[in-house]
Amino acid sequence: MCQVDEEYNGQLEHRGAPRVSKKCVKCKENTAVLIIRAGDAFCRGCFKDYFIHKFRAMLGKNRVIFPGEKVLLAVSGGPASISMLSQVQEGLSRDAPKKLRFVPGIIYIDDGGASGQSMEERKRAVAQLESVFRATNYHYHIVHLEQVSSLPSSVLEAGSSATEKPETGLSYKAAVDHFIQTRKNQNQHSDLSVENGQSHLSSLSMQEVQNEVTSPITPEHTQALQRLFASVRTLTAKEDLLHTLRQHLILHTARTQGYTKVMMGDSCSRLAIKLLSNISLGRGASLAMDTGFSDPRYGDVVIVRPMRDYSSKEIAYYNRMFDIPSVFIPGLDTKAQDKASIQRLTESFVTKLQTDFPSTVSTIYRTSEKLHTACPPQNTNTQLSAKCLLCVCALDTKLGDCIFHLNCNTLIT
Amino acid sequence: MPVLCSSCAEKRAVLKRPKTAHSLCKECFFWAFEEEVHQTIVSAQLFKHGETVGIGASGGKDSTVLAHVMKVLNERYNYGLKLLLLSVDEGITGYRDDSLETVKRNQQQYELPLKIVSYEELYGWTMDAIVKQVGLKNNCTFCGVFRRQALDRGAMMLKVDKICTGHNADDVAETVLMNVLRGDIARLRRCTAISTASEGEGVVPRCKPLKYAYEKEIVLYAYFKKLDYFSTECIYSPNAYRGHARTFLKDLEAVRPSAIMDVIHSGENLSVREGVKMPVQGTCGRCGYISSQALCKSCVLLEGLNRGLPRLGIGKHHRLHEKILSQQPLTQVEERKLKAVNF
Repeated sequence: MCQVDEEYNGQLEHRGAPRVSKKCVKCKENTAVLIIRAGDAFCRGCFKDYFIHKFRAMLGKNRVIFPGEKVLLAVSGGPASISMLSQVQEGLSRDAPKKLRFVPGIIYIDDGGASGQSMEERKRAVAQLESVFRATNYHYHIVHLEQVSSLPSSVLEAGSSATEKPETGLSYKAAVDHFIQTRKNQNQHSDLSVENGQSHLSSLSMQEVQNEVTSPITPEHTQALQRLFASVRTLTAKEDLLHTLRQHLILHTARTQGYTKVMMGDSCSRLAIKLLSNISLGRGASLAMDTGFSDPRYGDVVIVRPMRDYSSKEIAYYNRMFDIPSVFIPGLDTKAQDKASIQRLTESFVTKLQTDFPSTVSTIYRTSEKLHTACPPQNTNTQLSAKCLLCVCALDTKLGDCIFHLNCNTLIT
Repeated sequence: MPVLCSSCAEKRAVLKRPKTAHSLCKECFFWAFEEEVHQTIVSAQLFKHGETVGIGASGGKDSTVLAHVMKVLNERYNYGLKLLLLSVDEGITGYRDDSLETVKRNQQQYELPLKIVSYEELYGWTMDAIVKQVGLKNNCTFCGVFRRQALDRGAMMLKVDKICTGHNADDVAETVLMNVLRGDIARLRRCTAISTASEGEGVVPRCKPLKYAYEKEIVLYAYFKKLDYFSTECIYSPNAYRGHARTFLKDLEAVRPSAIMDVIHSGENLSVREGVKMPVQGTCGRCGYISSQALCKSCVLLEGLNRGLPRLGIGKHHRLHEKILSQQPLTQVEERKLKAVNF
């Protein structure tokens, strides 16, 4: 290795280092302005096409969004969810060929109470986001985390689908027809039970009028929330709790406002980190649902993740090149050390490994694709006891073996 | 105020258990550790009465503790097993020759018969020679594949019914994480099983009685029992990919000690979608060993080494199996790709 007259006899392939002065690999005319992955250099126009096409292809390949459906977009203000919002705008705009056809709504959950922000900071962040939302002209809902205390217990149950889930053998077209049929039936016959259910749910929660912030929260609510989070000792568990509460709030809003689908803005990198940290937390049984494209565990509301094919690098480049405004809002783990929580640790591990082995994130992503995504059968009568109360996934602990599995063969000394 | 043992509340506590953070005295800790291994063996029904069991002994802490605990439990609970020590000599100077001395001492201390098989006599190659050809990366593949076959051959020579290895909870958790990082779905499904499949010719089933024992507890047990073991790590290990998974796991344990068990639990509950291509078990065309391809991995690796094409076993090479089986020469391009990269 260190010999002076060592000869490299042509074994090492000479691979040209990717240079940006190359031509775009797609149109081969314009000069490339950025490089994605190992050697794909794109020019501006081709990159935009590539980005938009990926979004449409992701929605088109997994045909779960029916035309005319109400879809709730969960936006946190970060680059990925704002990018998703702009993609939806692109897709719905009039001049797009084969434009998407669904009715979007936006939800933002203000969790400043849990991360210890002051009211002024929270109001500022909300105002910034509101200006972004207003520019889109979609209905939006701003929900505060403090409203968790007034959620009904129906969020802990998987509802039966309002539209009966068609057999998997049916083609997409038939499923769409079925969907439109059931909606017409609901509107015509004004299905009393469904309406009653909806209004009942609405009256239980605090009144939400579309396009307005909910009634101002009192300091007592904020204190109650802070007490709840202070009672959880480790940051890992706090982040887990925050995630669960957010899911419940989104689910509740979707149910009361009549949304049947929720779009989350998780990018490929974020999902790889989530997969690894879920394995470390012991959530192997529900991995497929937590990181797959569609999450059908709630029955009537399906969660989809259309951004799961984008790495955070691509999203960052796109936002920068096309001036998509994103708002940074500090969360629970901002400025936390590497070892403060399992999620933080996993994030730093994956990003460091990615620099040495550039295929890490995509390999983890492909592993998650091969995992089982089928949801448990819908006969809730027999299966009620077999679902976890908080995350509504099938239980992976058996009562009989509880000493063996739960404590994993730890003797109680 | 001295801290009392939380189990017997009589003696002073001398250690804090890594798994549960209980403070325990020596005897209670020994009892807890041995009982847990006993529970693992009994509930997974690892052994039958009257079987001959080979203990894979390397002289390191895991196999020394395994040999000791197996001997203790065999007598205490009357398993009725006949125990032997089985050791593999990979030919790594400065590491394996020293640890083999430890195994020979173990043989006298535990009064168990010992058999040593070496790579030199089985394959004609030592690990040192292999590393000289292959380089510092990817040599763990050779060592691991050859060792597996060596253990099986040694077991067949001794006519044992089962082999047990000293894999601990940390090892299994690292393997789960490594398989996720490398995208190896087939191994991901199998790696958390406590014992391998037991049907087929020439296959000796293998089990891991220490699967739920933390590595730290094994070290504590060996230290307090003053067991004789060899504690240096393999000289080629710093460059292995497993090192990354290991560092991550150690950090996880520092944040939350139960994380190791949680990773194993997640691994056990992973389910793979139907329609994903899985390897099917068959036999090797050349040596008759079990294999999922036309040629078993060790035949491929050996062929590569003997022909001076060390990269033959690394990466995808299924198309070349037929060529090797029929002794055809490889083309220029293929040869060039398979030669070692000299640094």
